[in-house]
Amino acid sequence: MSNIRKAFENGKAFIAFITCGDPDLETTAAAVRAAAENGADLIELGIPFSDPVAEGPVIQEANVRALRSGVTTDKIFAFVRELRRDVRIPLVFMTYANVVLSRGAETFISACQDTGIDGIILPDLPFEEKDEFLPVCRRYGVDLISSIAPTSGNRTAIISREAEGFLYIVSSLGVTGAGGGDKTDPASMIRAVRESSDIPCAVSFDGSSPEEAAAMAAAADGVIADSAIVRLIERYGREAAEHIGEYVRAVKQALR
Amino acid sequence: MTNPNGRFGMHGGQYIPETLMNAVIELEEAYNRYKDDPAFCEELRELFNEYAGRPSRLYFAKKMTEDLGGAKIYLKREDLNHTGAHKINNVLGQALLAKKMGKTRLIAETGAGQHGVATATAAALMGMECVVFMGEEDTVRQALNVYRMRLLGAEVVPVKTGTATLKDAVSAAMREWTSRIADTHYCLGSVMGPHPFPTIVRDFQAVISREIREQLLEKEGRLPDAVLACVGGGSNAIGSFYHFIPEEGVRLIGCEAAGRGVDTFETAATIATGKIGIFHGMKSYFCQDEFGQIAPVYSISAGLDYPGVGPEHAWLHDTGRAEYVPVTDEEAVCAFEYLARTEGIIPAIESAHAVAHAMKIAPGMGENQIIVITISGRGDKDCVSIARYRGEDLHE
Repeated sequence: MSNIRKAFENGKAFIAFITCGDPDLETTAAAVRAAAENGADLIELGIPFSDPVAEGPVIQEANVRALRSGVTTDKIFAFVRELRRDVRIPLVFMTYANVVLSRGAETFISACQDTGIDGIILPDLPFEEKDEFLPVCRRYGVDLISSIAPTSGNRTAIISREAEGFLYIVSSLGVTGAGGGDKTDPASMIRAVRESSDIPCAVSFDGSSPEEAAAMAAAADGVIADSAIVRLIERYGREAAEHIGEYVRAVKQALR
Repeated sequence: MTNPNGRFGMHGGQYIPETLMNAVIELEEAYNRYKDDPAFCEELRELFNEYAGRPSRLYFAKKMTEDLGGAKIYLKREDLNHTGAHKINNVLGQALLAKKMGKTRLIAETGAGQHGVATATAAALMGMECVVFMGEEDTVRQALNVYRMRLLGAEVVPVKTGTATLKDAVSAAMREWTSRIADTHYCLGSVMGPHPFPTIVRDFQAVISREIREQLLEKEGRLPDAVLACVGGGSNAIGSFYHFIPEEGVRLIGCEAAGRGVDTFETAATIATGKIGIFHGMKSYFCQDEFGQIAPVYSISAGLDYPGVGPEHAWLHDTGRAEYVPVTDEEAVCAFEYLARTEGIIPAIESAHAVAHAMKIAPGMGENQIIVITISGRGDKDCVSIARYRGEDLHE
């Protein structure tokens, strides 16, 4: 069993997304520790990319701030190694296929195992292209996380059957953190997954209130805050850790 | 040329968010259903001929040939098409396909504005809604085309993210498509993006090489020795090359925008300076840094100012079937002026990159040899920025 499953053993899981290096790695470290200490069950660490096509304005801006700070893939691996001295909860990377490819799949994914990264989410790597990295991920025990979108329809079964770690349920049409978009029905998406797999399902949500998180989690095994923590960092900058801690505690409370 | 999952050698593929997968699958199925459908082909042929003004002329550039003193030079006049560029070929095909698929709204990215104008034109013709994403910097460089799109009833959205040029416009259009798939077709303007776009766009542009072949056989009774075209994403180039790919005797030369030079950071010459990567839905060559961050590229030409190249070009480069050469801003501007003075034809600054390379190689070729240069678009849109390049400020 992968380490990621442990995130789902403590009631409904809360998954926090944080962009590494936004606005610097010291802030990211404080944010991760604040989230972990206050009950986050898994952290998605974003490796910034120059052109994040699956993200809305909030996370695009976080990527810009992070890249401007001079953060690189190498610095992020060193950062994770440092983080792993005391942070025990599962950690996954969220980045784009080119970031992995440019390091070389073997180099990148073996470094994930080496530093204690449990999985990778690549929003531009759909089911059809996952063999690009899957064999290497298997070799190093790093889960390649799949996603289900509101438009997945008849693809849901095949994706679910082969999914690893957890399934990322994209709750809205459109890019992350953009808000709005067409109303979708995560509960029915999860029911469709359940027909082929018992993999934990975590639903992403763009909002920020703990009540919204709890509502999203009703049919799922956990929720993913796509942009809520990024917004706190955008607002409070280097002072964000305290606010993140409070927020995570409130969401975990609401999820109970 | 394409294998079933949209690969050209190792290049191509479908590197896009799951949200878009069923949309590209639906597009591929629709394309496979209509591409050989006689009624669809007839409808498209009629649009090409009656509306876009095809076939475009293959013009013997006698004065240029005499002046350069080498190979005979022919110009494939895509600039004479309705809307002033080759972009209309692809757009009429995709708009017709989208209409058959029941879509009511077209979205597009544009660099120089030619693809945006073509898409706005097709949308007006077919009664569809149209939104065009354009880098904010390009809306300034190509203000005339912004006005044309609005005149045609399209909404133009200036994209302020990143470098505010073509790549950011593509990202914005992909984001928009992700949020609105049901009624919207993304009318991608070049042979790039996820499968099936590189194949669809190539097939609609292949009319260029089909005509060159027929026209040159009629005029000269033989095939050309070389075909030259400019390459950004590479749609006019692949269209110009396609029917000559099996003809080993025909040199295929793609002219990339070197900007201020391939040894500077201010370049957009992807094959000369890029490395293998995954971006905008495809595996191909991209200008990027050592960590895979896409590089801010530069060219005087808004239409070639893109950090990647279509996957079929990447493959033609790998196999050595086509050659790709860098052409600087300065060389392109000189060719722009040269063609205007010598033949009375003002080419798009994009196309001027191909003219510039022809000027380099023609004198070294024999008088019995033939070069075809595709003039992908007309240059009216570029006059203000070329004047500025020469230190002259134009106000209308």
